[in-house]
Amino acid sequence: MTLLAQALTVPAAAPVPQPLLLAESAVQSVDWLAISPPTIAAVAGLAVLVADLFLPERGKRLLGPASAVALLISALPLLLLRTRDLATFCLPDRSHTCSYSADTLALVLQFLVLGAGFITVLLSMPAVRDLRLPAGEYWFLLLSATAGAALVPASRDLVTLVIALETASLPAFALVGMRHGSRGSAEAALKFFLSSVTATAVTLLGVSFLYAVTGTLYFRGIDEGLTRADPQLEALGGAGLALTLVGFAFKASVVPFHFWVPDTYVGAPVPVAAFLSVVGKTAGISGLLLLLVQAFSSRAELWGTALAVLAAVTMTAGNAAALRQRTDRAHGAVRLLAWSSVGQAGYLLVPLAAAAPDMGGTDPAGAALSTVGATVAYLLMYGAVNLGAFAVVAHISRSSAANRLSDYRGLYAAHPVAALALAFFLLCLAGLPPGVIGLFAKVAIFSTAVGNGLGWLAVIMAVNVVVALFYYLRWTALVFRAPLPETSGAAGAAAATGAGAPASAPARPRIAPPLAAGIALTAAAGIALSLDPELVLTLTAGGLR
Amino acid sequence: MISLDPAVMRALLVAVLVLPLLGSIAALLPAPPGLKGRSPRQAVLRHGVTVTGVVFAASVVLALGFDTGRSGAMQAESDVEWIPSLGIHLHLGVDGVSLPLLVLTALLTFLCALYSYGSGMCTGTATGSGTGAATGTDTGDAADAPQSAGTSDAPEPADGGTAIRRAGSPQAFVALLLLLETGTLATFAALDLLFFFLAFETVLVPMYFLIARWGGPGRGPAAWKFILYTLLGSVVMLLGLLLLGFKGGTFDIVALATDSHSGLSRTVQITAVLAISAGLAVKAPMWPLHSWLPDAHTAAPTVGSVLLAGVLLKMGTYGFVRIVLPVAPEGMRVFAPYLGAFAVAGIVYGSLACLALARRGAGGDLKRLIAYSSVGHMGFVLLGIATMTPTGVNGALFANVAHGLITGLLFFLVGALKQRTGSTDLDTLAGATGGALYGTAPRFGGLLAFGAVASLGLPGLAGFWGEMLALLGAYDPAGGLSRPAFVTFMAVGALGTLLTAAYLLVVVRRVCMGDPLEERGAAEHHERVELRDPEPATAPAAASRSVSAADSASAADSASGSGTSSAPAGPPGAPAHEPAPPPPATAGVPDVRGYEYAAWTPLVVLTVAAGLWPALLLGLTDPAVQNLLTGAAR
Repeated sequence: MTLLAQALTVPAAAPVPQPLLLAESAVQSVDWLAISPPTIAAVAGLAVLVADLFLPERGKRLLGPASAVALLISALPLLLLRTRDLATFCLPDRSHTCSYSADTLALVLQFLVLGAGFITVLLSMPAVRDLRLPAGEYWFLLLSATAGAALVPASRDLVTLVIALETASLPAFALVGMRHGSRGSAEAALKFFLSSVTATAVTLLGVSFLYAVTGTLYFRGIDEGLTRADPQLEALGGAGLALTLVGFAFKASVVPFHFWVPDTYVGAPVPVAAFLSVVGKTAGISGLLLLLVQAFSSRAELWGTALAVLAAVTMTAGNAAALRQRTDRAHGAVRLLAWSSVGQAGYLLVPLAAAAPDMGGTDPAGAALSTVGATVAYLLMYGAVNLGAFAVVAHISRSSAANRLSDYRGLYAAHPVAALALAFFLLCLAGLPPGVIGLFAKVAIFSTAVGNGLGWLAVIMAVNVVVALFYYLRWTALVFRAPLPETSGAAGAAAATGAGAPASAPARPRIAPPLAAGIALTAAAGIALSLDPELVLTLTAGGLR
Repeated sequence: MISLDPAVMRALLVAVLVLPLLGSIAALLPAPPGLKGRSPRQAVLRHGVTVTGVVFAASVVLALGFDTGRSGAMQAESDVEWIPSLGIHLHLGVDGVSLPLLVLTALLTFLCALYSYGSGMCTGTATGSGTGAATGTDTGDAADAPQSAGTSDAPEPADGGTAIRRAGSPQAFVALLLLLETGTLATFAALDLLFFFLAFETVLVPMYFLIARWGGPGRGPAAWKFILYTLLGSVVMLLGLLLLGFKGGTFDIVALATDSHSGLSRTVQITAVLAISAGLAVKAPMWPLHSWLPDAHTAAPTVGSVLLAGVLLKMGTYGFVRIVLPVAPEGMRVFAPYLGAFAVAGIVYGSLACLALARRGAGGDLKRLIAYSSVGHMGFVLLGIATMTPTGVNGALFANVAHGLITGLLFFLVGALKQRTGSTDLDTLAGATGGALYGTAPRFGGLLAFGAVASLGLPGLAGFWGEMLALLGAYDPAGGLSRPAFVTFMAVGALGTLLTAAYLLVVVRRVCMGDPLEERGAAEHHERVELRDPEPATAPAAASRSVSAADSASAADSASGSGTSSAPAGPPGAPAHEPAPPPPATAGVPDVRGYEYAAWTPLVVLTVAAGLWPALLLGLTDPAVQNLLTGAAR
């Protein structure tokens, strides 16, 4: 299906500016430094796959750490790129129309994707061993998906963007379905695959409409083309715009394209769910962000209000569903995080919707970038704390397969630090002190809405924040409760004699070192951001260029 | 009084805010060698006392160093840019409005830590030999409390030290207490709208856990109600603050108060005041947004109730004085009559609710009664603010502090009563004949009567001045406000003071007076001896031997039944007493203990001092209020 989709796109795009296509270097000069972050990740993925064929069974254990190191190396060029504004795969006509741009926006989002990929690798190490997943394939797929997601924010034309998104999605289908002998896993993968492919097909249809109207696939060209288009083609252009957004809304789990989320997260291994919730969402949101700000900014009146409504519906639906999760339901924790990630996607859309009025100003790109900077800042916060929460969930899922919310009782007694970290992550997601960064990331989003005349959306979001607090705090409270007594019959007798006697904490396994490292890293990130929120909030005030 | 270098003052204020935060983190860490104390529990409770004590001492030095000559100006001011992209500064400072509240917070938290330490250690050692009185009262409490059908499944803890021991680790308790202190102190020192909001929100999570983990019956729903109500209010408030900040061009409260009225259009002011007042009114609480308060106060542990009533409610009214009045006077003028109307409605409603609870046979809970009385008292504060006059606002600030002292004392007393008798139910406490605390525990009864009389606003005690000034302010409200309306409010409010006096006197009569030995058979004659016994731990031991120990599994239950010497409290121990009219639960309560003296004396002294020498406080607040109201008077 995707091959078919790619076959469809190739005739439409004369120069296919894909970074890995070396043949293109003859025509266009390639700045290898600029494209190195996704390239290194992709090459490392291939290397891991090949190495898996030759390594003995014992050596395969090293593939996980090797993947982690590869992702760290792939993030290193970001330091060099930080100070320069590189672009590559440009048209030779000196119009500065490029297919790949390593501007601040791209670099920040690439940092998030690669960092989140690194944390996911840490979370995956115990899971690969426990679930006996095929190591070589797993790491290959994870690295390829990360590479694809890292390519998304740097893309500056529609074909690169769609291919990057597909590169991020295709391995994810396999990752979701990788659990052997699990019907849930296979079903989740199939559901995810079918709906995702449909969404991609719709996006490609939209892309072809846009190409028909504007005659170009570069964002900048589309932006100009949409304003200069033949009035008869206006409807086609509008339809193309809307349809193109669908595929990205799907990845970002925006209502009404969110139905795959809970089942897929539950069916997938926990680290893969973490990956989808952060990296997948980043890919989708950054695609939306690029399209809206760079390609469709001239038609802001078309999508501004619609996006605001979608944001309101998304956050309300996600939070309402998360609210309904019972504590004793199997996979309650992952399901709750799944629905909460839908709710968070709603918050992420608010600055995008609020950016619509900025498009007409004197410095449209600057003002709009500052507004959507709130989305990027929120994504960074969300990425850190959501991965942290998933790290604790991954630990619990090792000892209790059902992973109910009630399994988190007594976590404080067993692992005080992990429990405090989870509480911190959840309060960050809720946006309540001591999760200071969560609060201020939300304040940044609120201020975009209030400042750009979306007061009604701000009020809806305010109500949603309160609703969300209820389920986050309920979970937080459970963490500090005493564990449930194992047998209810004995508990009755115990209650009569003196129920206050401290119930002996059930022996919990130690936290696997990679999981502990993941929790520590994300907690450190969250605390650092809480002490100095300016680190990410600078993006909301001219930090993006 | 003593002149301190400005740099020292700044450092003191920063220390007052930072120390509890660091202490909160330190409380979770294992005690370092040399500070281990007798047990981890004692060490961490002592840590709480030390940190809050140092913070209190620092706040007192700050108050002494405060230049009373220019109390209208911000002092000990420090301003650091924190989040430039949102324009948020860590702007701190105190003036005559915030200083009393800052010291009050530090004092009450310190007394709470002291009380927790005392009760934790006393019950811990006194009951070392067996389950004893503390555990016994717990079980009895769970059995007879009408609302005990809470959703929580963990054992129902009672109060103070016992609760700390049973419901959760003392480390967490102390950490939450200190985090709560950080939030409240920062609220009163913050001079940046969003920093204020951050501090305002910081108190929610600790207070939620204090109620949900260490509270009494019905604590789960009560804690939820508390946090959801307040959060809903405060996110709406955030929108209002953002609006003010955007239209005013800065989030700095001082800058906004002095020079940006012109920048804020009438519409903006009205919208902002509506949004901000919503958040503050929930916190204050203003009738009809008060309904979280009685449940939260009733379910909270003693320390939680004291801080909730003494400090947290003040954050709401303080916000009105600090932000709404000076920054958006025009918007406030639109809403002031409504605020006044709601305020007097709260006064009358609170008093009537209390009267209903105080009735014989109503099953009224003493904690709930005091909570409703808080609604009434905070009504006076809000009325004073609504007048927008210096007199009214000064009265409001005075009533704020007085309410913190008096209600703090009352909640301490009721908490101690609950610890002694296992109940706060008025009918249980009073029995058929009256609680007779005067007879059984004269000092305790005297303190309770003192608190009640102070609360009803007896001249010469702290409660009087605030309410009088608030009413006086309503007699002559600020220009632009409807005088007939406010005079009506004044009249209704004055009626409220009468009702307040009525219910408080009823409470005193029922709990403190009466004869517990009246109409009781000779079968209980031995209780006469025990009445004078200061240590109840011996009573359950003796009594449980006399009750046949057939049901050995429920030894604690029977101990509780006779430990409190009360038929209604413990069904298993009751049958022998069936024919006699129910005696009050207060029979045999021990009088005030040492640590209780330590915790309560400062409140009593300050209540008397503020009542006899109101100029001490008014001299501080008045210049600051004049300053803040310059915009309103214009």
